[in-house]
Amino acid sequence: MKKFKERLSGRIFFTLALSSISALALITVFIISQGAPLIAEVGIIKFIFGMEWAPSRGEFGIFPMIIGSVTVTLGAAVIGVPVGICCSVFLAEFAPPAMSNLFRPAIQLLAGIPSVVYGFWGLLFVVPAVRNLFGGPGLSILTGSIILGIMILPTVISISEVSILALPRQYKEGALALGMTHWQTIYAVMLPAAKSGIVAAVILGIGRAVGETMAVIMVLGNAVAVPESILDPVRTLTTNIGIEMGYASGEHQQALFATGIVLFVAIMILNSFAQYVTRRK
Amino acid sequence: MYQQTKIVVNNMNFYYGRKQVIFNLNLEIPKNEIMAVFGPASSGVTTLLRSLNRLCDLNPEAHMDGDVLLDGKSVYGHGANVTELRRKVGMVFEVPTPLPMSIFDNIAYGPRLSGRKGRRDIAETVEQSLRKAALWDEVKDRLSISGMSLSGGQQQRLCIARVLALEPEVIILDRACSGLDPISTAKIEESLMQLKEQFTIVIAPHNVQQAGRVCDRAVFMLMGRLIEEGTNVEVFSNPRDQRTSDYITGRFG
Amino acid sequence: MKLTPAQSERIAKTMIWAAALLVIGLLLFIMVYILVKGLPVLSLQFLTDIPRSMGRAGGIASTIVGTFMVTALAIAIVIPFGIGTAFYLAEYTKGNIVTRIIRFSAESLAGIPSIVYGLFGFIFFVIYLGLGWSIISGGLTLAFMILPTVIRTSEEAILAVPHIYREVSFSLSATKWQTISKVVFPSALLGIVNGVLLSVGRCVAETAAVILTAGSSYGMPTSVFSPTRTMAVHFYLLASEGISMENAYGTAALLIVLILLINVVANAFVNRFIAKGR
Repeated sequence: MKKFKERLSGRIFFTLALSSISALALITVFIISQGAPLIAEVGIIKFIFGMEWAPSRGEFGIFPMIIGSVTVTLGAAVIGVPVGICCSVFLAEFAPPAMSNLFRPAIQLLAGIPSVVYGFWGLLFVVPAVRNLFGGPGLSILTGSIILGIMILPTVISISEVSILALPRQYKEGALALGMTHWQTIYAVMLPAAKSGIVAAVILGIGRAVGETMAVIMVLGNAVAVPESILDPVRTLTTNIGIEMGYASGEHQQALFATGIVLFVAIMILNSFAQYVTRRK
Repeated sequence: MYQQTKIVVNNMNFYYGRKQVIFNLNLEIPKNEIMAVFGPASSGVTTLLRSLNRLCDLNPEAHMDGDVLLDGKSVYGHGANVTELRRKVGMVFEVPTPLPMSIFDNIAYGPRLSGRKGRRDIAETVEQSLRKAALWDEVKDRLSISGMSLSGGQQQRLCIARVLALEPEVIILDRACSGLDPISTAKIEESLMQLKEQFTIVIAPHNVQQAGRVCDRAVFMLMGRLIEEGTNVEVFSNPRDQRTSDYITGRFG
Repeated sequence: MKLTPAQSERIAKTMIWAAALLVIGLLLFIMVYILVKGLPVLSLQFLTDIPRSMGRAGGIASTIVGTFMVTALAIAIVIPFGIGTAFYLAEYTKGNIVTRIIRFSAESLAGIPSIVYGLFGFIFFVIYLGLGWSIISGGLTLAFMILPTVIRTSEEAILAVPHIYREVSFSLSATKWQTISKVVFPSALLGIVNGVLLSVGRCVAETAAVILTAGSSYGMPTSVFSPTRTMAVHFYLLASEGISMENAYGTAALLIVLILLINVVANAFVNRFIAKGR
């Protein structure tokens, strides 16, 4: 009886784990089976580098959206990464205990706020601010970057903090014993030592920015055109799906799944890279 | 001269991965005595003790050749029952480790695992075990509080009581007094002296003095090899080997 | 001009404190603004009436029910798979190829954008399995989405259980299953619950994946096969199409209150978990 329970429980856990990984397989198969035929029909080069997106005329080129995703994501990284790393250093090194006990749940809360709320808040405050300060419509790459820069903070902060806290205490003690100041110790010893974790944090943050939909849909303006400045409106890969999925059918719907494939592949590459960086230690 | 042999270790070579930690060790452990196994850090004492109830199986890197016999039967051979072996050979660890449950449940843990269900029967076992471990009087009114709220010495006696509740034949104590105050240590040593009437006890003492105080026979190990084995008097008063004598007198270790 | 170490220390410290205060300030700004605008809208009538004329009038009762049902379904489905996988990873494998595949899959699943989960849920549950836009399609899709989070947080909670407990249990003649069910699981439970609660928060907040799978009709759902509109979707439609700012604020305020509540409870659990580990 004991032996039987023993074997049964092992089998059950294994089966559950196997079902969990088949989730990834299932998602991959279904997204690809829906989108791949259209990519094959249009031609992969024309699909990715095509400048024209006009579903009614059967034109499916997503290059403007790729440019949109890349620029908004880079902007988010430029804004979010320095602030995020500063915050993780703050948490790991400077915050008084009472402060960090408050700060950590606050970061978790920041991650919990619905993305539609971020988008709405951006629409109310960031869009007018950008319009008044810099001109243009306000619905722009810059606005989207600011919103996404805030949204990737929890990812960047928590993963960087963990990698800083994971450093052996001797690193810090050794550097301080050599007469370095606290900041020199952080800058010259601790941050370089925690580099792989911080890089992973940044990559995962970028992954989050690439994948975000609802917040940016409200602040980017969603125009299908290659932008000329950061004050121009753009459309990203995700918002393209979010906007048109509601009414698309036939070939048009397939094209949105094909957009999903591109997104999926981009995220998988980013993820594998993050996993590779953390594992290399 | 000694009565009966409880455990025999035959030609044991023990490895973690490629690293060998015990070399060609032979040992006989007599019944109803306290055997102390001692030596400096990384001399293989803990590994030897853990091999007696196959707890070292938990480390996937560990493997050995040779054999361990309990009452003449191999504990590593085909068809050996590990669960049964661990019920017969109980272990008290270096750090007092009550499981995160009440005092009562800690002690009832083992008996319940072997399928005993009767409430009265288990309560009886809990009381007997606590009495034998000299803890009953201190905790009898608060058996339902968490085992972790006891003091360190009480926790370790709880762990001894927990082993006794299994009704084992052999009790292993791996540096079980190392973190305790002298009074708790004295209490535990006192109960050991009584327990040896019923059990075979193998102890890794936390220092030479304790080994000298409590054991009937002693084994000195160094770097995975058995250096010397004999009665308390032989090992501690007239060691044959220079290294034993150097260690006992405090020249190294 | 070269800065002295003391000067650069001062500048760096100022910047780091400024960044931290900026982030706290932003969080407070967003939350307080929504709450100030939205809390006055939350009346008993608003909470118990269904939306009327596209959400311009009436309340949000059906969206609360929809959110609750979709989330409950997702959590009920994810619990056995997520926690089971975590136990398999933490207790049954020895870093072999199978473990690495499972871990790679879990980490990859964690990075997939919610809109892609939405696409998958749409084509697989809504179309292929013929479940239509429904609570069950939405719940299943969200279960896929939160699976990696539940696996990771549960695995961390299991690995945080001191190894010595397992040794003690084995030394008292327990089998592996007895050790897991009687010692490891109870000790890890608070940490596991914390992870599940955070996933509840993600389900409540999610928009993209549910709008594609559960639909957006705001009638009161009658079964798990009814289509529904969750609170987050309702808020999005009200705000982005400018239907009713007042009701949008009210919905958002309730969302924020819920998220706040979930986070507070989750933190209480994790603090007890840490206290217990000592």
